[in-house]
Amino acid sequence: MKTRFLSGLLSLLMPAMVMAGEYDLTVDRVKIDTGDFVKEGIGYNGASPGPVMRFKEGENVRINVTNNLDEMTSIHWHGLILPFNQDGVPGISFPGIKPGETFTYEFPIQQAGTYWFHSHSGFQEPDGAYGAIVIEPEKREPFRYDREYVVQLTDKHPHSGDRIMRNLKMIPDYYNREQQTVGEFFSDASKNGLMNTIRDRMAWGDMRMMKADVEDLQGFTGLINGKGPEQNWTGLFEPGERIRLRFINSSAMTYFDIRITGLDMTVVQADGNNVQPVNVDEFRIGVAETYDVIVHPKDEQAYTIFAESMGRSGYARATLAPEEGMEAAVPQLRDPARLTMADMSGMPGMDHGNMAGMDHGDMDMNSSEGMSGMDHSNMEGMDHGSMAMGKGGQSDPFYAKGSGLVPTAANGGKFLSYADLKAQDPLYEDREPTREIELRLTGNMERYTWSINGVKYEDADPIRLKYGERVRFKFVNETMMTHPMHLHGMWSILDVGADQWNPIKHTVSVQPGTTVYMETEVDEPGQWAFHCHLSYHAAAGMFRKVIVEGGPESTQAKTDVIAKDGGEV
Amino acid sequence: MSCIRSIVAVSFLASIGVSTAVTAQEMISDTTARKQPLTTWGVQFEEFEYRYSDDDEELGVWNADAFYGTDDFKVRLLTTGEYEIEEQAYETLENQLVGQIPISKFFDAKAGVRFDTPEGPDRTYAVLGVAGLAPQWFEIDANLYVSKDGDTSAELDAEYELLFTNYWILAATLDASVAFSEDEEIGVGKGLVSTETGLRLSYDLIDRAFSPYVGVVHERKYGDSADLAEADGGGTEDWFAVIGARIAF
Repeated sequence: MKTRFLSGLLSLLMPAMVMAGEYDLTVDRVKIDTGDFVKEGIGYNGASPGPVMRFKEGENVRINVTNNLDEMTSIHWHGLILPFNQDGVPGISFPGIKPGETFTYEFPIQQAGTYWFHSHSGFQEPDGAYGAIVIEPEKREPFRYDREYVVQLTDKHPHSGDRIMRNLKMIPDYYNREQQTVGEFFSDASKNGLMNTIRDRMAWGDMRMMKADVEDLQGFTGLINGKGPEQNWTGLFEPGERIRLRFINSSAMTYFDIRITGLDMTVVQADGNNVQPVNVDEFRIGVAETYDVIVHPKDEQAYTIFAESMGRSGYARATLAPEEGMEAAVPQLRDPARLTMADMSGMPGMDHGNMAGMDHGDMDMNSSEGMSGMDHSNMEGMDHGSMAMGKGGQSDPFYAKGSGLVPTAANGGKFLSYADLKAQDPLYEDREPTREIELRLTGNMERYTWSINGVKYEDADPIRLKYGERVRFKFVNETMMTHPMHLHGMWSILDVGADQWNPIKHTVSVQPGTTVYMETEVDEPGQWAFHCHLSYHAAAGMFRKVIVEGGPESTQAKTDVIAKDGGEV
Repeated sequence: MSCIRSIVAVSFLASIGVSTAVTAQEMISDTTARKQPLTTWGVQFEEFEYRYSDDDEELGVWNADAFYGTDDFKVRLLTTGEYEIEEQAYETLENQLVGQIPISKFFDAKAGVRFDTPEGPDRTYAVLGVAGLAPQWFEIDANLYVSKDGDTSAELDAEYELLFTNYWILAATLDASVAFSEDEEIGVGKGLVSTETGLRLSYDLIDRAFSPYVGVVHERKYGDSADLAEADGGGTEDWFAVIGARIAF
């Protein structure tokens, strides 16, 4: 009796003592070899990417981060729910980690799934300062697998982040090598007619916008777990096993379309949260998103994991194989995407009447459908009920109707849409939002300025939220680029029209010419970053500070101190 | 049992204590570089070339600019020169220092000073101009100059790039200058003074940092300016073959 009592007591104390995982990370200058080029970069524990951090749900972690650089650094735990002063954003969470200093992060792990971490200082993340986080759940997961691999993607560029930013500011199309050429003019003319092609070029020239403006940053080598296409990262399996692939897009700027020729993928998790399983042939992973998929290779053969960039300017490649050294064919890149007028529909002051008939020759859909996409008031009333897309359908409610960016599966099969994502186990009760905040995503490609509601971060007041409210964010993308919007510290409940089954994410992609809604239960006090996760867009000003006022116990006294910051909303 | 419960209660209180401590953390204000306007710089040589004329004149020519600043304000140094190789003299040498601010989505306004110090008389002008991207992708740079003596003139530069491929680029340029008053000493007559048109075919060899090109340039003087040039024993029209490189860093 007594021993049982003692062991009971012990097991109560155990969590506090044993479950405090201690981890060490050093931030180092490292050499990065992509197979195409070798460059100096920044990494963790001597390598880029850094180690896979494996935590357990329910444990308290202590992470000692030692800065071996000669500049300030920081680590942001992307997607983790934690006290704001542990979130790792210099100037918002904490001052940053000085050269030579060791900073100890300490926070409870209150979630499970696939996440990642990266520096939030300067361009250290594009320069290589990122790694993966895998959190083992307390409860059994609603899917089975025999083996798991982290598949972490990035777009490694030979230039440093600082130089890329400067080049983009000096010549905004510095890295764009997919622009329309004289040759394309003639091939379009023979396809769509000379007059249509001239009208099309004139319409775009009049706006001073490029149809080819899909990827600002080209010339990168796609890496998977730090390996270039030639270095071919390989994950081994026994035929018949179920393999869980934890895809993480740690790119600075690049969206990837991912497929594994010959294998169906079952998407079971998005941004660390379980979703109702969806079978797909291919999916698009936005910058900073994660998707966990399960594959079930039955044959004794190699399979290529092929990740084409959205703009088709580059790719990453890896292999799943029964034995080291086996490999499968690597597909060709498909043709580069071209924006359509539908993607421009979010631009204010566009005269829709003017546009009729302007672009129809180029659209891959019939023109009447394409044109209706230009009225973005349509988007607000999106009929979510009818969102289930037919297999291989070239339409997706999260793209402007007639958009040139709508993805299709290479094999003609099912391409994952946001509309397919349904929470497996909703974290929150569904309730009416207390208010709506409109965030227009704005920018000017020719000046390479990016902003929210036309205001860059340097000039912006913080967004003020109240603890306990549920805010509905309305993203209106008025630019021609895709923006992966990331709110720190609190979940982004993406509105796919599934009410309480709406998926819970940390990064929400907003395609050009569309309006996307997400809701946030404001349940974490403090101040948080909220920004586009494209590194050079965030640095150019598409960034906000969010202040959560109040808290479980009033922190009013403290928020008064910073009230002088003013407020945007 | 009650003992266990009280332990639970204590640990619960302790955890509240921790979270209170956390929420009571000072919310710092952002003084990092991110909250400051992004300062950037760049140097571009649109032209850096050797010219050989139809009457065997040889010139070394550059047309470059360097800037430093933010989205809201930039300082820009523009420099143009034509060096007569045989005579070892500057046919033209212009340096401008201007401040530049955005005035519309695609255009900036500029104001500053221009110093001309070629072989022969020097000139100092006040500069007022606009530069930017016009519809249909024409790069425009239009300037108004007022000399110390009150002579006014204007210059329009336009450029259009035709992409044969994403690396082979044909750039067409037109520079025209007009004088509103005569400045005989430097060969400027009232009216249309001169034009320079060029076609240059370049290949982007290293990113957009180094793009060698070949091309042709046509220079012509008009009206009173042409008369002044002829009276001076010079020509009024020149064709050049050019070889050079576009440079950006």
